[in-house]
Amino acid sequence: MSGYEARFQVWRGDREGGGLEDFTVEVNDGEVVLDVIHRLQATQVPDLAVRWNCKAGKCGSCSAEINGRPRLMCMTRMSVFARDETVTVTPLRAFPVVRDLVTDVGFNYTKARQVPAFVPPPGLGPGEYRMFQQDVDRPQEFRKCIECFLCQDTCHVVRDHEENKTVFAGPRFLMRIAELDMHPLDAAAETGLDRKRTAQDEHGLGYCNITKCCTEVCPEGIRITDNALIPLKERAVDRKYDPLVWLGSKIRRRSS
Amino acid sequence: MRPIVSTGTEPPAAHPRPARGGVRAPTRAAIAAGHLRTDRWWVPPATTAAGLFAFVVYSTWRAFADADYYAAPYVSPFYSPCLAQRCRPMHAGPNWDLFGGWWGISPAIIILVFPLGFRLTCYYYRKAYYRAFWAAPPACAVAEPHRTYTGEARFPLVLQNLHRYFFYAALLVAGVLTYDTVLAFRDPRYHWGHMGLGTVVFLVNIVLIWAYTLSCHSCRHIVGGRLKHFSQHPVRYRMWQFIGRLNARHMQLAWASLASVALADLYVYLLASGVFDDPRFF
Amino acid sequence: MTVVDRQEWDVVVVGAGGAGLRAAIEARERGARTAVICKSLFGKAHTVMAEGGIAAAMGNVNAGDNWQVHFRDTMRGGKFLNQWRMAELHAKEAPDRVWELETWGALFDRTADGRISQRNFGGHEYPRLAHVGDRTGLELIRTLQQKIVALQQEDHRETGDYEARLKVFQECTVTRVLKDGARVSGVFAYARETGRFFVLQAPAVVLATGGIGKSFKVTSNSWEYTGDGHALALLAGAPLVNMEFVQFHPTGMVWPPSVKGILVTESVRGDGGVLRNSDGRRFMFDYVPDVFKDKYAETEDEADRWYDDPDHNRRPPELLPRDEVARAINTEVKEGRGSPHGGVFLDVSTRMPAEVIRRRLPSMYHQFKELADVDITAEPMEVGPTCHYVMGGVAVDSDTAAARGVPGLYAAGEVAGGMHGSNRLGGNSLSDLLVFGRRAGWHAAAYAAGLAERPVVADEQVDTAAAEALRPFSAESGEPDSGPPENPYTLHQELQQTMNDLVGIIRREEEMREALRRLARLRVRARRAGVEGHRQFNPGWHLALDLRNMLLVSECVARSALERTESRGGHTREDHPAMDRAWRRVRLLCTLTDPTGGLAATDPVRGQITLSRETADPVRPDLLALFEKEELVKYLAEEELYG
Repeated sequence: MSGYEARFQVWRGDREGGGLEDFTVEVNDGEVVLDVIHRLQATQVPDLAVRWNCKAGKCGSCSAEINGRPRLMCMTRMSVFARDETVTVTPLRAFPVVRDLVTDVGFNYTKARQVPAFVPPPGLGPGEYRMFQQDVDRPQEFRKCIECFLCQDTCHVVRDHEENKTVFAGPRFLMRIAELDMHPLDAAAETGLDRKRTAQDEHGLGYCNITKCCTEVCPEGIRITDNALIPLKERAVDRKYDPLVWLGSKIRRRSS
Repeated sequence: MRPIVSTGTEPPAAHPRPARGGVRAPTRAAIAAGHLRTDRWWVPPATTAAGLFAFVVYSTWRAFADADYYAAPYVSPFYSPCLAQRCRPMHAGPNWDLFGGWWGISPAIIILVFPLGFRLTCYYYRKAYYRAFWAAPPACAVAEPHRTYTGEARFPLVLQNLHRYFFYAALLVAGVLTYDTVLAFRDPRYHWGHMGLGTVVFLVNIVLIWAYTLSCHSCRHIVGGRLKHFSQHPVRYRMWQFIGRLNARHMQLAWASLASVALADLYVYLLASGVFDDPRFF
Repeated sequence: MTVVDRQEWDVVVVGAGGAGLRAAIEARERGARTAVICKSLFGKAHTVMAEGGIAAAMGNVNAGDNWQVHFRDTMRGGKFLNQWRMAELHAKEAPDRVWELETWGALFDRTADGRISQRNFGGHEYPRLAHVGDRTGLELIRTLQQKIVALQQEDHRETGDYEARLKVFQECTVTRVLKDGARVSGVFAYARETGRFFVLQAPAVVLATGGIGKSFKVTSNSWEYTGDGHALALLAGAPLVNMEFVQFHPTGMVWPPSVKGILVTESVRGDGGVLRNSDGRRFMFDYVPDVFKDKYAETEDEADRWYDDPDHNRRPPELLPRDEVARAINTEVKEGRGSPHGGVFLDVSTRMPAEVIRRRLPSMYHQFKELADVDITAEPMEVGPTCHYVMGGVAVDSDTAAARGVPGLYAAGEVAGGMHGSNRLGGNSLSDLLVFGRRAGWHAAAYAAGLAERPVVADEQVDTAAAEALRPFSAESGEPDSGPPENPYTLHQELQQTMNDLVGIIRREEEMREALRRLARLRVRARRAGVEGHRQFNPGWHLALDLRNMLLVSECVARSALERTESRGGHTREDHPAMDRAWRRVRLLCTLTDPTGGLAATDPVRGQITLSRETADPVRPDLLALFEKEELVKYLAEEELYG
């Protein structure tokens, strides 16, 4: 197999406006979409803005939408497209655009700050932590997250409803809450922080209607919906919608 | 950080574009199309819609038919347990006259509420019908048509959180259907130790019903998922792992059990309405 | 005059990888108002690429391990060229640094009794690497990132402002360290998103910018690795040390071209992978050097038995140190026994069942499946050497991480030199980041707090820095000697090709001289590097500015490599193939030729860099006593042994 000329459409513009521009660009054997974007930069449009780092699917920087689907450009091989197919590359469409393929992903960093951090267990010093593999397996799956924010981008709760951004943390950070709630030594409960309840009350877990787009899009193959979001919903049910628990807390409150 | 080098290299000032929603919001990349997907993204939701619609039509007809639901020794899963006076007598059950004579319509309605509620609040079916019937969203990265969205945060959809109670009820129903399957090892004159084609249909159905019921996300949570330390509960950890493996196939089991329960009912209907006789093995 | 936004901070950390974030945490916890500047988004630093683990002698798996053994391994790995005090501090403090990560929420893989699991790695005597599958670097960066957020949440509770005492300026690039007299007074930077300039005034600056790999064509490093910190230190008047030592990892991907250089983890060989040439021969048996002859297997049978019975058999030669394996592959390819795409074959498919491969090497399986369409359970991989790490860097004080000669400047992590000597052991990099990141943050904060009077940033310096940064926009209007504007991408490609071909894994005097001549020409052309468009997120402009740094650093590597007439660790001279004990105590220092910090010196012969020699401190006797005399004889000159 040899090189060929591929047709590309790349969105160029900024906050003011912009549109898809057509390019014809050389593609060689074994290349990924990011290679082609780099070739455009080096040969046709030196100021084409694109974010990237490791080019090996490990840093989660080069998120974009390719033929309308959120993907990492470095992990999308050109061989998945027909040679006569026009490949369309646009910036993530759930976030404000900065320039060309670069978007303002500040939403995610804001949300990250709103999730209370790990609470170290009182009375355990460094080196004294004992945890077992079967207990850390669950949170470890979520810690595979490379923060490419493709799940945040594809989630219709914020993608299609800008106004929900204030009340909804998005799959990545609901998963972070699940991770901390499943951390074998997290001592949030001892400090009066109920992660299960606040997931629902403060981070918008109820907005999730489990349509699984986050799981479909995850380049790390994390089963976000099945292993993080739904278990978190079930934990919230334990706290908020279980009549026995509710009754018990009423009685306790009355007697105290 | 503001300012200020006047070199002509400054970025242009931003002019606000007309306000619209979602992916067409003024801050987002200016693309008029709601989506740019080039694959046949509408096939899965359309298939889901067709499948669910077919089942709803069939089951509505059968549930309200109030006829042809018993062909000894088989009782249609739609009518089991049968809890009104008007139920057809079934030797050794599962008909118990809890509701008495005042119940005037098909007795299927009494009991179908529970499996229906279980499936309606099931995490998989929710995904399926939100996508297929509500278009929220129609497919991933395809703009949805709604102006506002609150998901399951408010009434009535907040009631989806009752799933686990329907799960408990579904366990009871699955228990009764298991009992029915045992009863299917009789011949039409209620002698034990026989099998017919219907017995096989019932066996397949009950296995799928159990697999679907136990693979439920609520079940996974209850048996072990709610624990913080698996290491201190080895038995529940094993159960959680087992349910987890089933749970990974929840979607397939949901469809398979939906089909099998309809088939089991159809089989009974065909026997009861005399279309053919149950081939007996022994 | 340029009006530029100015902010006042106590400590500015340049770089948000493992070392930078650890430094920032430490500085903030010691009371300094701390700013972190990074070129990428927060949490994307190159540290995420680290796979193997963090070396720390915790002794969780083998209780025989302790800091002395770790120190010994590190010195051996570096062929005794290490700044021994750094190696000592590193070995002693690494366990505390790992344990403290757990209190910040890190989740390492566990032993059966619930402690942190540790794995074997090349050059480490005992299982020593704390790890999380093959994504340890990601865990490290995420933990530090989340600790920063935790501190910001603390500040928010107290002050109502998340960024009152600790702020991350993401996607910003520092182009100059500013000085007030001899002392550091801040940094000049631009925001990549807007292109706007700003100045952070601070008495202490910690450089934690990582390495220089992007000066080489085939590299496992990301685009950020343009030697920024090395260049900033040089321009600020601080020397670099050991710049000739560049580690080439023996196994990088070679095909397809787009992924050339991406790492294939050492664990592949540790788990049984073998190297073969195009004749199908396991050629590593032909390359066991005499000093290692008694430690490595001589037949394939013996090598294969080692995996199951390491106590009664010798190791397979595929597990020789990285420099040996890289050189062997290089020779095989040069002599025409390479694979179709210019590498050699690394095969696990005939060694293990497919299912075992998928379980033990999940990310390698996926990497090859998704990027190269190669199923490593069915066919061999093609691999070749790739530029991986620079041992050289800013010459620092071992205890404080302070750069020499510039009060207020600190360096930690890959940008700092000395710790790893001539060759770094796998796993020692992540522990280096933590140990010296903390020390840099600690001493920077102490220095800032101890100043009676804060240094000031002079307007002229800001103007000069701004003019320098804007130069690429007016390239065509340049100087009398100027030609047409140059494409920065083309210049970068030529630079990478030059370094790869002429100052790569095997070095020859004439080739390095040629490299210096080419670098000089590139330097002249780079002054005409022009860009289109405006300053908002303009990668062409960013690259044009990074070229200055890469050219400086490349010259350091080439000049130092030309000077050192021996072969040791990450520096192999074809014309001087042996290690020379006389060279052990020699440290080569690079400084900027033009003491004003300007870059006028584009004279091809003289260049920008002046090289000088210094003698390393003698190793402390109690540390020397950790080794057998027979071993020391290989490395140390007579007078050091008996002096």
